Amino acid sequence: MSATQTLVPHRNAKLMRTWPLLTPVVFVLLVWAIVPLVMTLWFSFQRYNLVDPTITGFAGVDNYKFLLEDPAMLAALFNEVVLVGSVLAITIVFGVAFAILFDQEFWGRSVARLLVIAPFFVMPTVSALIWKNLLMNPVSGVFAWITTKLGFGAIDWFTNYPMAGIVIIVAWQWIPFATLILLTAMQSLDREQMEAARMDAARGPQLLRFVILPHLARPISILLMIETIFLLAVFAEIFITTSGGPGDATTTLTYLIYLRALVNFDVGGASAGGVLAIILANIIAFFLVRTIARNVDI
Amino acid sequence: MKASFAFRIWVSLLGWGVALAMFFPVAWMVLTSFKTEIDAVATPPLLFFHPTLENYAQVNQLGDYAGAVWNSIAISFGSTALGIALAMPAAYAMAFFPNRWTKDLLLWILSTKMMPAVGVLMPIYLISKSTGLLDTKTGLIAIMTLANLPIIVWMLYTFFKEIPGDIIEASRMDGAGALAQIRIVLLPLAGPGIASTGLLAVILSWNEAFWSLNLTAVHAAPLTAFIVAFSSPQGLFWAKLSAASTLAVAPILVFGWMTQRQLVRGLTFGAVK
Repeated sequence: MSATQTLVPHRNAKLMRTWPLLTPVVFVLLVWAIVPLVMTLWFSFQRYNLVDPTITGFAGVDNYKFLLEDPAMLAALFNEVVLVGSVLAITIVFGVAFAILFDQEFWGRSVARLLVIAPFFVMPTVSALIWKNLLMNPVSGVFAWITTKLGFGAIDWFTNYPMAGIVIIVAWQWIPFATLILLTAMQSLDREQMEAARMDAARGPQLLRFVILPHLARPISILLMIETIFLLAVFAEIFITTSGGPGDATTTLTYLIYLRALVNFDVGGASAGGVLAIILANIIAFFLVRTIARNVDI
Repeated sequence: MKASFAFRIWVSLLGWGVALAMFFPVAWMVLTSFKTEIDAVATPPLLFFHPTLENYAQVNQLGDYAGAVWNSIAISFGSTALGIALAMPAAYAMAFFPNRWTKDLLLWILSTKMMPAVGVLMPIYLISKSTGLLDTKTGLIAIMTLANLPIIVWMLYTFFKEIPGDIIEASRMDGAGALAQIRIVLLPLAGPGIASTGLLAVILSWNEAFWSLNLTAVHAAPLTAFIVAFSSPQGLFWAKLSAASTLAVAPILVFGWMTQRQLVRGLTFGAVK
């Protein structure tokens, strides 16, 4: 009781009935969180295909068995890990570097910052189309011209290095986000502490290792989890550049489920995949929610 | 510490080098939008050319561009308005009248944002289809509202928390009901916070691509989906594509620049300040 009172800023709080104010949000989110989830679970145990109404009945665990025995599934999980892992690594490294750089005073810094964060606000479909058609096009793209000048010849990214092409595009979209968050975190770094370290003759690398990185550890862990949640869901970039190909070279779990769902209309199979995606995302979500719970005072 | 002059020059060069490199794809898109289709595919790529506004004039000839703009506006502003209307009373209650469930409630609201869209693609698709909401603005507004609601609630909550509870209490003592408190006390004080929450929600739904691509076709396609549709013929449409893309991206880029600080708060659920 006393613990509650310290949290409550008003003596008469109990007199204020809050449930009428909370009910609408709780109700719609409850429906949104539960109804589709239960349906996905239900479908995942059914034989159900939209293009073939003769396929019906309870499937038991067949959808899951089929899914897990499908070599495409293993490839998709592998691709998902490559995509998410590479983008995470790139965005954290560049994010830390850029955050430190844009934390320094220099001429026109505020304008330069705006330019750096711009890619995050470009809609994913437009980003993918610009990179695919204007930059990475093997005939008329800017990159083809540059690599030819450098003597490497034109690179047909989405035929020869499809995953690298997608990783570059997605990393370009997310480096600004990492930079923005880490820059915000940098600005709360105690200037006096930095000065003291400098007075103790801490040079660049030591400053980075003993002052900056420890300070950024928590924001980086939050960033990793938030990015993972979003990156597991990358869809438009693959849809536009490679459609999951060539072969299944860029088919991630998300894309595989989409193919099962809205190309094959295999409701049962897609739902079994969906359950797997939900489980994966929830493992990350568990740690993210726990971290946020610790860091936010309510 | 006063940085030396030479250091400052190097940092300026590096900072601007990085900034221009990151911005290059966007700048190149804008540049291409002013080229003729022939100049757009020229090798070597043209940096200097006779600019033309033709692509902007013709943007609507490649399909119903104006319709897509309207769909984007209706969906992003509609879902944001609805989301804020739903979230405001809840955020108000949790910020000013917390009880022992408030923290759990907030964390549960947050956890609903973690559901991967693809995991519920099939049920949402089938529900939309059977209720006739597939390829309608109403359907997409509903989805965007629900998808962004957790972020809106959290952002409003963190802004409301910064307002001293005494002010609300005083107005309550003066006999103001909940709605009157929100209108008279909260709106003026939290106005900027509510505005940036709204801007972030507009940005998120304007750029949303998964549901837009999978649940719309001809009628309700917002810009994200429309631009994909008109790029699919492998013709030489890149200057026009660039013009259409530039128009689609420009307003949101400005919104994004306006709201960059609040964006950190919103997308990290207040965990990075």
